[in-house]
Amino acid sequence: MPIILDNVSHIYGEDTAMAVRALDKISLVIPDGQFIGLIGHTGSGKSTLVQHLNGLMKATSGAVYFNGEDIDSEGFDKKKLRSKVGLVFQYPEHQLFETDVFSDVCFGPKNLGLSKKEIELRAYAALKLVGMEDDYFYQSPFELSGGQKRRVAIAGVLAMKPEVLILDEPTAGLDPKGRDEILDQIAKLKRETGITVILVSHSMDDVAKYVDRIIVMNKGRVMYDDEPREVFRQYQELEAIGLAAPQVTYIMKELRDHGFDVSDDVTTIEEAKQEIIAYFKER
Amino acid sequence: MGIIKVRDLVYEYIRRDEEGNVEGITTAVDDVDLDIEQGDFVAILGHNGSGKSTLAKHLNAILYPAEGTVWVDGKDTNEEKYVWDIRQTAGMVFQNPDNQIIGQIVEEDVGFGPENMGVPTEEIWERVEESLKAVGMYSYRKFSPNKLSGGQKQRVSIAGVIAMHPKCIVLDEPTAMLDPKGRKEVIRAVRALNDVEKITVILITHYMEEVIYADKVYVMDQGKIALQGTPKEVFSQVEQLKELRLDVPQVTLLAYELEKEGFAMPKGVLTNREFVEALDQCTR
Repeated sequence: MPIILDNVSHIYGEDTAMAVRALDKISLVIPDGQFIGLIGHTGSGKSTLVQHLNGLMKATSGAVYFNGEDIDSEGFDKKKLRSKVGLVFQYPEHQLFETDVFSDVCFGPKNLGLSKKEIELRAYAALKLVGMEDDYFYQSPFELSGGQKRRVAIAGVLAMKPEVLILDEPTAGLDPKGRDEILDQIAKLKRETGITVILVSHSMDDVAKYVDRIIVMNKGRVMYDDEPREVFRQYQELEAIGLAAPQVTYIMKELRDHGFDVSDDVTTIEEAKQEIIAYFKER
Repeated sequence: MGIIKVRDLVYEYIRRDEEGNVEGITTAVDDVDLDIEQGDFVAILGHNGSGKSTLAKHLNAILYPAEGTVWVDGKDTNEEKYVWDIRQTAGMVFQNPDNQIIGQIVEEDVGFGPENMGVPTEEIWERVEESLKAVGMYSYRKFSPNKLSGGQKQRVSIAGVIAMHPKCIVLDEPTAMLDPKGRKEVIRAVRALNDVEKITVILITHYMEEVIYADKVYVMDQGKIALQGTPKEVFSQVEQLKELRLDVPQVTLLAYELEKEGFAMPKGVLTNREFVEALDQCTR
């Protein structure tokens, strides 16, 4: 179900001396089944934006439509919205609280008023989706490693069967393998279930590798909204707002500067490798 | 003896159940030796739970060895009388800047450490000024910390440590919560401390790119040191690093991938410049 933002602004502390315009007339369409990367430096408005998508924050002006309905209209079921648009916060493992992994994942669907059987089926399926083995189900979540805890927390949101999954920096603080595991798992989930995924990230390399659309936020506005290749072509503008292109893009630019006739329109290691191999073949 | 010397260090966490009965013992650091010379830039890598942070906490006497000995500037951390000396010699910076800043104004926060040490007021202000200048935050000295970005806050935390005039600074994932710009700012400040002020730096991180300027890299796994060497030596071992749940910088990875395809690329390429030169050789 698509989400549409129409001219959404959000002002913190409106009508006070400390008023800050965190979102400035944002208009966006988020259709079904996209894998979107949301990037921007700290304070650019990313987190404020995602909290509008599931009605945790209310727009100061403008409107958010979920499946054609204004989410702030009277009688709109916000509880249902929040089960459809799942939001995984930063460091979600801080929100684990149950005595065992399985009960923790059951907590969300339990609050939806489903039957016990349905709740448990959903929890089981969600834990499988994030790649947790059965052996861990009855362990305390606090005995798991950082990466495992985070997967359990993501499973807790997936058990609500969201149609849109928003992850706010899901890999912060994880080691490189843990980072790859979580992102691979999310990509697989996206392929298998077709849900919309919005990934808030500070890693340009990760974003380039996984998503098919990038939204760049700056000072509460959408600065770019395009395919990764197109967005990263604007690397100088990105640098000016504290972001960058993926590292591999810079390697290709340096090669070009040294007279190698290779494309610098490259955003992943695999593309770079193919480009260099092709260049050497043609010589 | 170097600024830090560690011999046969073992540290165990005792796990207890709800009643407080011992459930088991986790050996977080297992027989580690370390020699760090004054002025070195040392990086410690390792996956989550490999024992890096536990090791780091021994370097300024937050934790004490279960077995073995840690000397900081020649002082044994097990001897209680040295605790305050050791903590002044080896300052520590943690991951989350918001947990480390207490002052209402940047310069007050930085002055907190030396004030507690009983430094005369006039000298405190001198130290605050030089510390903030060293991390490039002097122009923000009158700001409220909550008006700063993550990278700026983290640099204030670092200034707070260097105002205590340590010989050594231990940074435990100082950039994990920062955006790319904040990360760059912090690493630049840390490198300047090492280059200009000659402070010994021990940097724990998950970002491989931050390590390439280090003099020496230690890689931890299961509480032991699994690999050590210069960044070039360590990053030459792509497969071993992957087995240890780590990674190599992107440029190193690309060179490695090309080498597998039959290109004559050297091992452990660390910079774009090296990469271009190596590929240039391939065309001849």
